[in-house]
Amino acid sequence: MPMTVRAMSQVSGHELEVRKLLARVLDPEIPVLSIVDLGILREVRQEADGRMRVAITPTYSGCPATDAIRTLVRAALDAGGYADAILEEVLSPPWTSDWLTPEGREKLRAFGIAPPEESVASPRRLLAVAAVSCPRCGSRATECVSEFGSTPCKAHYRCSTCGEPFDYFKCL
Amino acid sequence: MSATLAMPGAPDMTPEEARCVYVLRLADTSLVLGQRLAEWIGHAPALEEDLGLANLSLDLIGQARLFLTYAGELEGRGRDEDALAFLRDAPEFLNLALAEQPNGDFGHTIVRQWLIDAWQLEVYAALEHSADTRLAAIAAKAVRETRYHYRFSSGWLVRLGDGTPESHGRVQRALDELWRFTPELFTPDEIDERMSRAGLAPSLAELEPRWSARIDEALRAATLVRPVTQPYPWHGKRGIHTEHLGHLLGEMQHLQRTYPGARW
Repeated sequence: MPMTVRAMSQVSGHELEVRKLLARVLDPEIPVLSIVDLGILREVRQEADGRMRVAITPTYSGCPATDAIRTLVRAALDAGGYADAILEEVLSPPWTSDWLTPEGREKLRAFGIAPPEESVASPRRLLAVAAVSCPRCGSRATECVSEFGSTPCKAHYRCSTCGEPFDYFKCL
Repeated sequence: MSATLAMPGAPDMTPEEARCVYVLRLADTSLVLGQRLAEWIGHAPALEEDLGLANLSLDLIGQARLFLTYAGELEGRGRDEDALAFLRDAPEFLNLALAEQPNGDFGHTIVRQWLIDAWQLEVYAALEHSADTRLAAIAAKAVRETRYHYRFSSGWLVRLGDGTPESHGRVQRALDELWRFTPELFTPDEIDERMSRAGLAPSLAELEPRWSARIDEALRAATLVRPVTQPYPWHGKRGIHTEHLGHLLGEMQHLQRTYPGARW
């Protein structure tokens, strides 16, 4: 799950408001995905002293977007009246592409990036690399050009049917 | 494997000091290897490989930042990741000597990468279970990235080794040249032993057969021959480096040394 799940009755109005606020923060590298779609936002919680605590997690250790996202989250909190919120980065459990929301996967596809084909938890993934569908024409006749595409989270593919090159968001 | 190495001062170190040295070694191996790979940007044989090496570099430097920040906190002298990366001299760097070896041709870089990827895979997988939760969290993140690194480097090792006579000859020569740096990967010293006894780090002796089996499997697929060479007597993780590290640091640290505290 992308976030710590608690019963709705335990979620304060401020927490809902902050979540809504942060759902508008977009990934600078893939500007159709919010940090909620990506599963980067891990926790929003009101502390006993009333301050909000927000936890985010990096996708990859070296993802250059992490610094930018931290700045954007801070700015969104400040602008939303939560300048005293505590913003922290958590590493454990490590981010996985399984935390991409279903909406996030569809947004990726519409943007021209093939979403991860398999769940990381799937035992099938250990046996073979799944066929990747072309985000443009849907063909499964695609080939991996390079394990690393424009960013560490993506591989570079080519569709054999429509001939288009495309990025594939890798399973991690 | 040779016996445990003596690390000057190690027996007198506090547990925090020993842990700091251990974390710095992991940090420096990733940082130095990441810096080496970054030298390829704009020079790789194909655009895809240029991007691939740059991405590996990015992951490694990202891992190094996490380890360096932690090492700085353990040290408790107020040094952050930047101070540790840019303001230490070569003898204070504790990376494996293999990581600092020059790039050579693409095949040479692939062999160096593949040997270290296979090592990091074992070390990080074991560190995921460390009693040190901070170390375990960084390793859990890093091992997932390293699996992709290994797929990249071992894939190229096989394509080049089982490729043309020219590519085969080049990677075999690279392997023959770099193999002497591999005993350091599994030669424990007092720091390694202390960390292992405390349940904070794996026993290198236990990891070695797994690494070796993985290496042999890839060598078979790549039709390459495992070299028999004399181990290199220098040990990077104890601060004793080949002449190449100083040149690498000269470039990496130039800006911060010339304009201390420069930001952009």
